[in-house]
Amino acid sequence: MNDSEQGTQTKIGRRDMLKGLAAIMATLSASGCTTTASPDLDAFLQQHFWKLSKADLDAILARLEKQYAEQFGRPVAVKATPPLEGVTFAYALDIARCIGCRRCVYGCVEENNQSRNPQIHWITVLEMEKAKGVDLQHADAYYDRPLVPEPGRFYMPVACQHCSKPPCVKVCPVNATWTDKDGIVVIDYNWCIGCRCCMSACPYGARRFNWAAPRLPADELNTNTEYLGNRPRPRGVVEKCHFCIQRVRHGRYPKCVEVCPVGARKFGNLQDPKSEIRYILENKRVYILKEDLNTQPKFYYYFGI
Amino acid sequence: MRTAHKALIQTGFILVFAALFLITIVNSEDAPRRADEPLVSPGTGVPPPSVDNAIAVAPPPFSEGIFPCSDCHEDLKVNTTPRQLTKNHKNIVLKHDEQNRWCLDCHDAKNRDKLHLAGGKLVDFTESYKLCGQCHGPNLRDWKAGEHGKRTGEWSGRKQYLLCANCHNPHAPRYKPLQPLPPPVRPEDLKERYERQ
Repeated sequence: MNDSEQGTQTKIGRRDMLKGLAAIMATLSASGCTTTASPDLDAFLQQHFWKLSKADLDAILARLEKQYAEQFGRPVAVKATPPLEGVTFAYALDIARCIGCRRCVYGCVEENNQSRNPQIHWITVLEMEKAKGVDLQHADAYYDRPLVPEPGRFYMPVACQHCSKPPCVKVCPVNATWTDKDGIVVIDYNWCIGCRCCMSACPYGARRFNWAAPRLPADELNTNTEYLGNRPRPRGVVEKCHFCIQRVRHGRYPKCVEVCPVGARKFGNLQDPKSEIRYILENKRVYILKEDLNTQPKFYYYFGI
Repeated sequence: MRTAHKALIQTGFILVFAALFLITIVNSEDAPRRADEPLVSPGTGVPPPSVDNAIAVAPPPFSEGIFPCSDCHEDLKVNTTPRQLTKNHKNIVLKHDEQNRWCLDCHDAKNRDKLHLAGGKLVDFTESYKLCGQCHGPNLRDWKAGEHGKRTGEWSGRKQYLLCANCHNPHAPRYKPLQPLPPPVRPEDLKERYERQ
């Protein structure tokens, strides 16, 4: 009798607990992420990008927009544009035509909100001797000349190669970086733990680390931003080229293509047989940087002349 | 009676399925979304890849007040003898196969506002690439395909293209050297610079 009474009590207790849990879950899910009072707690409780529902994502974007607006005193748009259907982005760069003027480097900095101090550049322009060919051992990234191109030298801008087999993605212990469906290797700065494994894995030295809190003047901020792209980064995360997601997923050319004065930079859809990128791959001599590593970049160097 | 019964059951089934379908649609709004799954949100401004590849070509880079040429040349007598110009256009130094050519090989003597091809056909300054392409055939081919020259605008839609003459001065076409932007800060200097500011 006593036993059975106790049994009933236990049963009721469990039911009560389940009911209570259900009620809490319902409240949480009904109001999305916005239930908690503090944005810091929201950021801490954020799920991995792949697991986010539409409502979760919208709440995160709204939170970031608010945070950046307070930080910079300007309205900032943060979007999370999904990859386009039937599109694989690829890039081609004419080494024969590049004159090493570094317009792309600074165009990229302005477009993608890199830290001005400590300085972060996503594109490194290497100067090499024509007589030696592509010789990374003796390449100079710090050349300072009154005029370029210097006779007898050629120039090779290097940024993320958007590998089809990216070693950086392979080594990331938390899946904070991955290849999106349109071929762009992206980073979730909210998920990155700053371990820099990807930086040591990347054979192209394309990834950059925010050693200090990035300094970016408010009037130089590009307010058209993407969650996986050019939104302002916090300290302690890795960043790199993302083919200007904020532009290319809306049909436009990346910034570096548009600022290049000699038209050495080409961009397009690998799946479109009529695109200029396909024309280049089918008709020009193509060079793949460190092809022997089998990273299968979607960044192709070529010789247009 | 039997048919009526059957119809009732059928209607019931349809209603139940419709309800299930609706529930699925409503729930899918909040279903977890994988990163590689395209989320087609209307109004993102993404043009479909099949938008006609209309190409707008930039206007020819005339110096201020130089065009139309006929404004001055209307009243001048045409002298078809190849020579060095001494009165006007002295700033033009031909460095483009200058041994074999001079002004009127490209500029038309009769219609001053046009250029002419080798066969005598007149072309506008806005179509000067046809003239350039007579000698530089592979470059014209590559330019049309989007390989030679700079394109701006949309990779999947409308683009703007530059004329040959926008980058290459037709009278001296070699691309002029530029002053490069400053080199990056060396890693060993980053910290010092950061602390200074």
